[in-house]
Amino acid sequence: MAHGGGGRAMAQLLDDVFRPAFDNPWLAKQHDGAVVEMPGAMAFTTDSYVVRPLFFPGSDIGTMAVHGTVNDLAMCGARPQYLSAGFILEEGLPLATLRRVVDSMAAAAVEAGVQIVTGDLKVVERGKADGVYINTAGVGKVVAPKPVEPTRIQPGDRILLSGDLGRHGVAVMTAREKLELESAIESDCASVVQPVLALLEEGIDVRCLRDLTRGGLASALVEVAESAGLAAEIREVDIPVREDVSAFCDLLGLDPLHVANEGRFIAIVAEQDVARATDILRRYPVSQGAVEIGHFVQGAAGLVTASSMIGASRVIDRLSGEQLPRIC
Amino acid sequence: MTDGCRVEAAPVRWRVQIHGLVQGVGFRPFVYRLATGLGLSGWVSNTPEGVVVEAEGHPEALQNLVSGLKQQAPVNARVEAVCAEPIARSTGLEAGREFRVCESQEQGTAATRLPVDLAPCRQCIEELHDPGNRRYRYPFINCTDCGPRYSLIEGLPYDRARTAMRYFQMCSHCLAEYHDPASRRFHAEPNACPDCGPRVAFCQPDGTVLAEDEAAVSEAVRRLAKGDIIALKGLGGFQLLADARSTRVVQTLRERKHRPRKPLAVMFDSLASLQQVCPVSASESQLLTGPERPIVLLRTPDYHLAANLAPGRADLGVMLPCTPLHELLLGDLGFPVVATSGNLSGEPIAIDNQEAYARLGAIADGFLVHDRPILRPLDDSVIRVLAGQPQILRRARGYSPNLSLPRPVPVGWAATGGHLKSTVALSTGSGVVLSQHLGDMNSALGRDGFVLTVDGLQTLFATEPQCWVHDAHPDYFTTRYAQDRGNVPCAVQHHVGHIAAVMAEHGISEPVLGVAWDGSGLGDDNTLWGGEFLRLDSQGYERVAHLRQFRLPGGEAAMGEPRRSALGLLYALLGDQVMECEELAPVSSFTLTERKLLIQSLSAGLNAPETSSVGRLFDAVAALSGICQQASYEGQAAGELEAARGRNYWASPYPFELSAPEAGRPWQVDWAPAIHALLDDVRRGRPVSGISAAFHQGLVNVIVAVARQAKLSRVVLAGGCFQNACLLESTITALEGAGFQVFWPCRIPPNDGGLALGQLAWASRALWGREGACVWPYRDA
Ligand SMILES: [Fe+3]
Ligand SMILES: [Mg+2]
Ligand SMILES: [Zn+2]
Ligand SMILES: [Zn+2]
Repeated sequence: MAHGGGGRAMAQLLDDVFRPAFDNPWLAKQHDGAVVEMPGAMAFTTDSYVVRPLFFPGSDIGTMAVHGTVNDLAMCGARPQYLSAGFILEEGLPLATLRRVVDSMAAAAVEAGVQIVTGDLKVVERGKADGVYINTAGVGKVVAPKPVEPTRIQPGDRILLSGDLGRHGVAVMTAREKLELESAIESDCASVVQPVLALLEEGIDVRCLRDLTRGGLASALVEVAESAGLAAEIREVDIPVREDVSAFCDLLGLDPLHVANEGRFIAIVAEQDVARATDILRRYPVSQGAVEIGHFVQGAAGLVTASSMIGASRVIDRLSGEQLPRIC
Repeated sequence: MTDGCRVEAAPVRWRVQIHGLVQGVGFRPFVYRLATGLGLSGWVSNTPEGVVVEAEGHPEALQNLVSGLKQQAPVNARVEAVCAEPIARSTGLEAGREFRVCESQEQGTAATRLPVDLAPCRQCIEELHDPGNRRYRYPFINCTDCGPRYSLIEGLPYDRARTAMRYFQMCSHCLAEYHDPASRRFHAEPNACPDCGPRVAFCQPDGTVLAEDEAAVSEAVRRLAKGDIIALKGLGGFQLLADARSTRVVQTLRERKHRPRKPLAVMFDSLASLQQVCPVSASESQLLTGPERPIVLLRTPDYHLAANLAPGRADLGVMLPCTPLHELLLGDLGFPVVATSGNLSGEPIAIDNQEAYARLGAIADGFLVHDRPILRPLDDSVIRVLAGQPQILRRARGYSPNLSLPRPVPVGWAATGGHLKSTVALSTGSGVVLSQHLGDMNSALGRDGFVLTVDGLQTLFATEPQCWVHDAHPDYFTTRYAQDRGNVPCAVQHHVGHIAAVMAEHGISEPVLGVAWDGSGLGDDNTLWGGEFLRLDSQGYERVAHLRQFRLPGGEAAMGEPRRSALGLLYALLGDQVMECEELAPVSSFTLTERKLLIQSLSAGLNAPETSSVGRLFDAVAALSGICQQASYEGQAAGELEAARGRNYWASPYPFELSAPEAGRPWQVDWAPAIHALLDDVRRGRPVSGISAAFHQGLVNVIVAVARQAKLSRVVLAGGCFQNACLLESTITALEGAGFQVFWPCRIPPNDGGLALGQLAWASRALWGREGACVWPYRDA
């Protein structure tokens, strides 16, 4: 990859790599932007992806860039439809690497049922970026009949967790630091659109949805509880963490509740909907491990407590940056 | 006055204000007796500021009243100031021969010292055991000299109507005593008897009442004798009791409470029974029998009780009955019991009956409860005698919240302490108050207790702090709490706080060399400090020297696993070679895969923060000597390493090196030569006692060496590591021998329990010795 202005090289790249991969009528028009029909309420989100390394067990930056954004749309109670993709490439990036990333994005877009309809490409000098940075923005049609937001949460509402925690964060960390595990732990990166749409379409009163990306379950719960003006209580024993992930976290002193995920979310539903919602989620591979882990209660806004096996409870805090020990 | 004619001095009237600990200690009855004895008329009353007297009579008698107030005050009172001023004589109704004790006055602003909870006095104990007395075997007997105070106060001034005793209507007998100035129970606010006062009941874990009154006590005795674990509602919260002679019973308690090794305190019925089990020094017995009735740590590895009371430790915590109920129970039992706080690990003690059934139902086989509410949880205080002086390790029942300091601290400040062993300090109009031990801020109940205590102290002392001081760690609950209070928050570095606390206790502001040896606290460079030599003066502080740093694999996980500290230390010393050090216990305690991962995390600095903590060095050495790889309670490794020293009181010290600093950088205390020597010893199979002695001795030498470099005559020792009696005593001796003046924590805990005081004193120090309110902004020099 050579650094340069617009030029012929860039046009070549678009024709060789991007258009064939994302092949759709909008891109084919080679227009400055895409014109799409969007009747009714629309959800709109954007996110940038700067993960290092670009490829890690179970996933890569391209897949993440699509799933991350479609999942954010799903969390708004929307069916994701169109995505944009902006690339910042580091000069010298092997073309083969770029192809892999782009192919992953294309595959992920198919899986999530979205079209990448517009995009941008810039190349910066060697050393000014880490291979590839990707920004995606997305729009989707809101299908939830009632707003999906924390303010609708009521005391007594249940917290459903869509599956086991921590695999994405551990996968990225092991790849980045080249840690040697007995068997690789693969990222959970995936689209959660299908189970979310199923919940909405089958009439579950979904009060709130939140994906468990950076900061993990802990940050998501604290944020949601803060916005809801409620406290939450969870049962640590009921939170699924795979044995290898749990052993890794124990050894490295990480709390799986704080580790990032890319295919996990919590759904807050009314108590009477718990059983049905759990059944619906379990129909889909990405959420087949769905389980109820706790509920909201009247209390200090944002106070999340986890009860342990022996019955004592600890407060789950959102921590600032690197976790420096608090024990003296 | 006419020349040559002697005139009888006309009666005058004085108003006398008394400040200090003068409520709840029988002060008004004392004033009554003093004043009537001097033939004065007038009245005495409690006020929020203390006690006020208006007395009228002969000027000489008034002089005697004032000196008597200072010199003959009741034993438990602390008179800090007596101010007398003449006022106009009364007329009409007020005039007369009479001296009255008035109800308390509610108006006023600041509070006085708070009355603290005191063990039954000798007279009450005598009555308790006198079959002829109407309070024979009554578990709530008390008088103006003794009984519950702080644990049941709702507000000030201290009057029955503002205590948990307001739920009990005094019978005519009790009321007569309460109003009789000649009685020991004159205005004894918790006054009660079997006819009108609180009662005990024995309940099943679900709260079903099985027996009441005398039968409840006998049921508890019967159950304890057959090996049951009993939850007892004490003065400041629930305690768990169990037969201290039975290793099996103690083991059951440990399993149910999830406390596999943490030392348990033992309660004896009397000093005499205790002395049959282990030797007690004169100063120790003084602490044991004092009205505060703390747990006293005796340095005695040999006692004939259950073997698992304090495994691996060189000391045993003991105490004597602290309430009449304990007195009855222990007397009837005839054997000592374990008395440990009624909580789940990490949570505060339970104080409410229903709450106790819910939280302790799975631990206790039965509950001995009563119907007098406890308004604030107070753990048992822990104290020991060290270098000939008492040293408090946990400040709570009997001591909190009063604290008298040699120098005034500006009013209007609050400090929120640490994250574990939290306490709160407030500077009020009547001095600094330091809350009782509030414990672990990881639990929601702990945080609730913290918030309630801060609010409660603010109300009791009618104070609204303007500046909230906190630790520099952004994620301590207490940091966030202080920052959320609006006003002006202010951070004090952890170890500066530790040293400043000792300076405040001893009233020193001159430049000192502070030796803060501790677990780990956030340092100014974002690493974990804890082996610090800081120069402190009224202007600011400077890091003079620190322990050489090493990484802690797993960060917070390293706090409970000494083997991790050892691995981090070895990695800093040997690099990847650590992998092969199979012969070392901490290394072989990890599987090959684990070891590989941890070493990778060390080399990448992945959740492996750097530390200069001496606490973690102790952990590492304990692990390397094979004493403790994984700890089940805080301070276990260091405590067991100290105990391992045994009678081997001297060994040639391990060499620590004071390496010359780069320009403008602190000196570094390099442990490398010491650890090399230690590894040689471990490989040669030297007994742990020798290793421990050589390590301790090496540390002492290095403190003296740094002190010589720093060239400051005053050295302050602070931080959790100085809970190690052996380290503290030898350091004091060595430093004093080298001509230094040494200060160490005595009336406040060396651990984070003293931190709040240091934060408060340090942040407000610009105003030390001066009057006035908080001046802001204040910045470190
Ligand atoms: Fe500390
Ligand atoms: Mg996002
Ligand atoms: Zn008494
Ligand atoms: Zn009575």
